[in-house]
Amino acid sequence: STWNPVLLFHLRLTSFHTFVYLFYILMFVIMPLHNNKTSRESLKMDLLADVSLLPGEERVIDKDIIYICPFSGALKGKVFITNYRLYFKSSDDSAVMLNVPLGVICRVEKMGGASSRGENSYGLDITCKDMRNLRFALKQEGHSRRDIFEILFRYAFPVSHGLSLFAYLSQEKYEENGWNIYKPMEEFRRQGLPNDKWRISFINKSYELCDTYPTVLAVPYKATEEDLRKVATFRSRGRIPVLSWIHRENQAVIARCSQPLVGMSGKRNKDDERYLDLVREANGTSKLIIYDARPNVNAVANKATGGGYEGDEYQNAELIFLDIHNIHVMRESLKKLKDIVYPNVEESHWLSSLESTHWLEHIKLVLSGAIQVADKVSSGNSVVVHCSDGWDRTAQLTSLAMLMLDSHYRTLRGFQVLLEKEWISFGHKFASRIGHGDKNHADQDRSPIFVQFIDCVWQMTKQFPTAFEFNERLLLTILDHLYSCRFGTFLYNCESARDQHEVRLKTVSLWSLVNSSNDIYLNPFYTPESGRVLYPVASMRHLELWVSYYIRWNPRIRQQQQSPVEQRYKELLALRDEYLKKLEELELSDSPSSHLAHSSTSNTSLPAPSTPSQQYTHLQTPF
Amino acid sequence: MLSLGSGGGKSAKPSFVSYVTPEEINSEKDTPKEEKHPDLLPGEVVFCSASTVLKLTQDELSQRGTFGTLLCTNFRVSFISDEETGEETAPLFKNKLYGENDIPLSCVDNIYGGYEDKRKLVTGSQVKNKYPSKIIIHCKDLRVFQFALTFCKEEDAKRIFQGIVHHCLEPKSLKNIFAFSFCENTAFPEMQMQQRTMMFDSAEDWAQDLKRTKGSCRLVTENANFGLSPNLPQYFIVPESVSEADMTLFQGKGLPIWCWSHHSGCALFKTSNLPLQQEDNVPQSYMEKMLTAVAHNYLYSVKTEDLSDTLPTVQDIQLSYSKFKQFFFIDSTTDFWVSDMKWFSSLDNCGWLDIIRQCLQKAMEVVECLEKENNNVLIMEDGGSDLCCVISSLAQLMLDSYYRTLQGFQSLVQKEWVAGGHNFLDRCNQLHLKDKENVSPVFLLFLECVWQLLQQYGPAFQFSETYLTVLSDSIHVPVFSTFLFNSQHHRASILRQADSSHSQRGTLNCPTVWDWSVQFDCKAQQLFINPLYAEKPKLDKSMRRPHRPKHQRQLSLPSATFKTPPKKGFFKDETDSLKKILRVKRISRWMLSPDSPQPSSTSREFYEAWQRKPLDYHGLLLPCLDGPAVRIWMQRYLRWIQEVQIFGGGLVTVLSKVSDLLDEVQELQRQLDRHSSSLTSNHQRPRPRPISAETDSRLSVLLSSSFPFTTLKNNWSYKPAIPTGLLQSLMNSGNLADTEDDDQESLVRA
Repeated sequence: STWNPVLLFHLRLTSFHTFVYLFYILMFVIMPLHNNKTSRESLKMDLLADVSLLPGEERVIDKDIIYICPFSGALKGKVFITNYRLYFKSSDDSAVMLNVPLGVICRVEKMGGASSRGENSYGLDITCKDMRNLRFALKQEGHSRRDIFEILFRYAFPVSHGLSLFAYLSQEKYEENGWNIYKPMEEFRRQGLPNDKWRISFINKSYELCDTYPTVLAVPYKATEEDLRKVATFRSRGRIPVLSWIHRENQAVIARCSQPLVGMSGKRNKDDERYLDLVREANGTSKLIIYDARPNVNAVANKATGGGYEGDEYQNAELIFLDIHNIHVMRESLKKLKDIVYPNVEESHWLSSLESTHWLEHIKLVLSGAIQVADKVSSGNSVVVHCSDGWDRTAQLTSLAMLMLDSHYRTLRGFQVLLEKEWISFGHKFASRIGHGDKNHADQDRSPIFVQFIDCVWQMTKQFPTAFEFNERLLLTILDHLYSCRFGTFLYNCESARDQHEVRLKTVSLWSLVNSSNDIYLNPFYTPESGRVLYPVASMRHLELWVSYYIRWNPRIRQQQQSPVEQRYKELLALRDEYLKKLEELELSDSPSSHLAHSSTSNTSLPAPSTPSQQYTHLQTPF
Repeated sequence: MLSLGSGGGKSAKPSFVSYVTPEEINSEKDTPKEEKHPDLLPGEVVFCSASTVLKLTQDELSQRGTFGTLLCTNFRVSFISDEETGEETAPLFKNKLYGENDIPLSCVDNIYGGYEDKRKLVTGSQVKNKYPSKIIIHCKDLRVFQFALTFCKEEDAKRIFQGIVHHCLEPKSLKNIFAFSFCENTAFPEMQMQQRTMMFDSAEDWAQDLKRTKGSCRLVTENANFGLSPNLPQYFIVPESVSEADMTLFQGKGLPIWCWSHHSGCALFKTSNLPLQQEDNVPQSYMEKMLTAVAHNYLYSVKTEDLSDTLPTVQDIQLSYSKFKQFFFIDSTTDFWVSDMKWFSSLDNCGWLDIIRQCLQKAMEVVECLEKENNNVLIMEDGGSDLCCVISSLAQLMLDSYYRTLQGFQSLVQKEWVAGGHNFLDRCNQLHLKDKENVSPVFLLFLECVWQLLQQYGPAFQFSETYLTVLSDSIHVPVFSTFLFNSQHHRASILRQADSSHSQRGTLNCPTVWDWSVQFDCKAQQLFINPLYAEKPKLDKSMRRPHRPKHQRQLSLPSATFKTPPKKGFFKDETDSLKKILRVKRISRWMLSPDSPQPSSTSREFYEAWQRKPLDYHGLLLPCLDGPAVRIWMQRYLRWIQEVQIFGGGLVTVLSKVSDLLDEVQELQRQLDRHSSSLTSNHQRPRPRPISAETDSRLSVLLSSSFPFTTLKNNWSYKPAIPTGLLQSLMNSGNLADTEDDDQESLVRA
């Protein structure tokens, strides 16, 4: 479907109205206070002209401030805070601008005191979740930072203050409703389910079996609802093994779950054992492979808290540990990475410093785990994947393996389905991991598991630049809105919580934004190849730091809107279209009879639409 | 037949596995098969050969491989498989001189003897009657070959081992280098100078380059027969005010040789250092005179830089590279994954990337002096033909987009390196001398730096990564005159000798490396062209920016930063001591200690000011030297390693799409041209061909990230490479999930 220009225009208008309104406030409320020269006034107009407020976004405060830019030094300017963002523009001609959704703020602190000595020593220190820190200085007299600090604290952490997240205030309207992108039944049907081995169960329709699972589950045909209930008692938080993906040809499946509740005494559960054997039996796999994402020691340690792993009593099953570390290790690793890239990139011994963060090593482990899963499944062997609770490492492994196995998930919409399904509906605890609107920055539940997953996806797109329909920009957009709280997509920990807070009714989906302007997220080099399994190379030789995400705030790293390869390709496409058109015109003027034949050949030689201009030509072609 | 790249590894099982016992082979040997020979090149002679040699696949631990004949000729070590090679389709990217199982003698880096479990480096001298069961050859182009001799006759094995060791490792005289017998027996068509690479072996070439850059210096032709000094090129350019007497005073040492002129008028010169510490002050006053001459070139300004002081020495370069290259000689899959864990820190510790960074940094400082401050620059160095060549050619690449075209680049190498007297023969050790003091991959270092620029600013270069890789390989193909001599004088004297001994044949006509048709057919040569490169747009009136200065490369900085007003008579004020002058005007504003290549803050400013401007691929280019920006030249170093090949992936999948589209656009352009020409003659036009069908056939060659050096022979039905040894660095305990089917039992919890 296409986006509606009229609607977009309407949106523009709304924000324009807001702007006019704000401008009036500024002119009549604030201006008289600052009796400045006209040049200053025009500057203020410029300042505001840049902010196009979102529908539902409201100004809260603005203030003269000094931004201590780690790259350009102290910059005088104006900060402007709304219920959605912090906006800063410098007043000198350096044109430094900040546009930070308040959702990315992790921590706000006061810096210095009223009696602090030294220039710019009094102000605010803001730590962000997206690999940067912001530092502002204010005038030392008159408690000048008190109001802005309180406002920031309140609006950046609305949940801690009993306020609504911006997603609930936003009035954005889009042509497409992104909440419709994922329909569990449709997705199961696409995979060829239900069939004679797998059935769809609605046992969890009111989240009674498992409050962190989706309502619709695919389970072995032979397992009764009673079986499922019994199994749920033996799996951590009732997260029973259910089907995530089935291989069309060989019927091998990827099933996911949480750890069995073995405990110190080494409890057994016949129902669980029999249930896993049903998973194995479904395609006649001789040995069910159970991938435990954790390191062996961690799995053992989990016994002390009632968890554990499948023991010898599981007949026809084989357990393999994938040695992926837990959320705390990942959090510390990313913290170390931030230390070496922000604000300045570590200069001496960069590679050794990078290695010491272990970030890429973790990426390698996750990817190679997923490769093993994909490899087993594509050779006809069903697998079960779990970690402790089955919502962090398990989600990484199943979704990456599915991305390798199923080309549908490499399309723009397919990828959205993958995220909705494996991450959102299966209860990756976004709220806990990200801490949306929560002032508690030191919470031990925070962890960049989803960022790590997106990094893995980026590594794959890097290695297979023609295999994905979407581009890097989509990945960046997803990560930006993972924090922004502008959309409901990543809010809350699980489906039951989302239902309770009516996310789908009261907020806009990120996919509404993406699918309403999807051409900017398309990879022009995309070459659909269904049925091909993509195995990335999980070697440090190929893994690279995602500079355009982790180091994007550094102005020394050239940020290209478009890769030069992409740019060149688009130029050539435009040139080709121009030449084809010219040729056609020449033919037409020459011999009208040959025109039809030619135009048809030229049309067939056009590849899949990839540029905006081409999109238009296609749209205008009557069918 | 198995190629080195796609054989081996547990993932792709070789098609041929030998289960034959040695006895069976020996009995078979009684009816000797006709000795297999490769298609010998003109002038190529077989020294020795051995049959039933087993060429092992990459994985050292397996004993799989292919049987065949191993030969040593005066050009190469060659392996000819006994297997029919009919199934193999002609590779797209075939070198006409040597195949995938050939190793040119000078391409051999090290030979190891495999004795049971041990391997020993063969140095040449200790070879008596012993011979190893296995010969392992590491090549300078990073290939690894392993030949098992256990199935050969003892005599054959001994002979071939000694032959290979002798011809690859023992010192030889220049006249025994294959180029001479090859060229004697080959008539090369006069190299088609269709687009003309300037060889800088004539006064015209120098005059033309001087004119192109609008330089105002003096072209010296008096050394055409090396009458002035054998150390100087036949033709060269000096500042206007240098006299003939100046040129001969120190055999050309200390003489500022012109490299390039900036459009402002200032210019880049290079020189070799004068012998130091002489009691009389002749050298000092001479140097002052020369500096004054350089300063006179433009507005009495000069900055000097002694590269011997601020950059690594040729020995440092050699040492670092010899550590670096070892990372790419992978003997087994286990090796590969073990070394994967410490990959980044290993790279860091060998310092190779850091040397690259330092060279680019230094070149950028030179560029800053020329571009921003409009100072004349004189770079100097003890010999004047190593780092001077690196820095001057890098600076020119950054400043002058002409040198980023294919022909321009080749001309640059001719100017700075070949005419500039880089000691290719000694540095590349083409004669296998035991004394390796002079050996150093300086030219390779330059290519590495160029690759960094190419990698950062792809669309600015007309040539491709593949071109650079092939050029780096060609250094070790002993056929091209380009890399065989230490200087123009050396070349002239050798060729004169050769001519007199073969009087009947006129001058020896060795091809230069730029004669690419000697190695590659036209189709393969197309891969040298970078599809991202777009020619400088012709000045079209409708184009934007009519006010642009005539030199596209000019960097217009905010006027405030142009703060170096030319000081008239600057030198006259302080002629007291040469040392003082040098110190005052050094480029280096800080003393560079080897382990802190921190760019100075001002050159950081220069970079940042440039970076804020919109990027003009035909203008000035400055490399980004931040940690993540300096990378490994993956194509060159990782192309033969099975484990890192991305099947159906890599940047090539994108580039090939661009280049197909480019072909299509060019075809359409031709059709349009034909159209417009036929309109006048009113002829029947050929119908426009459906283009996509033709281009699709090219895509049918399955691509891998090592393209074009290895291509997939079977399709994508392969097993993924699954890392092993993951635990070592991250975990302190636990057993690794190995992926071998046989081993899985042990990994199920105990």
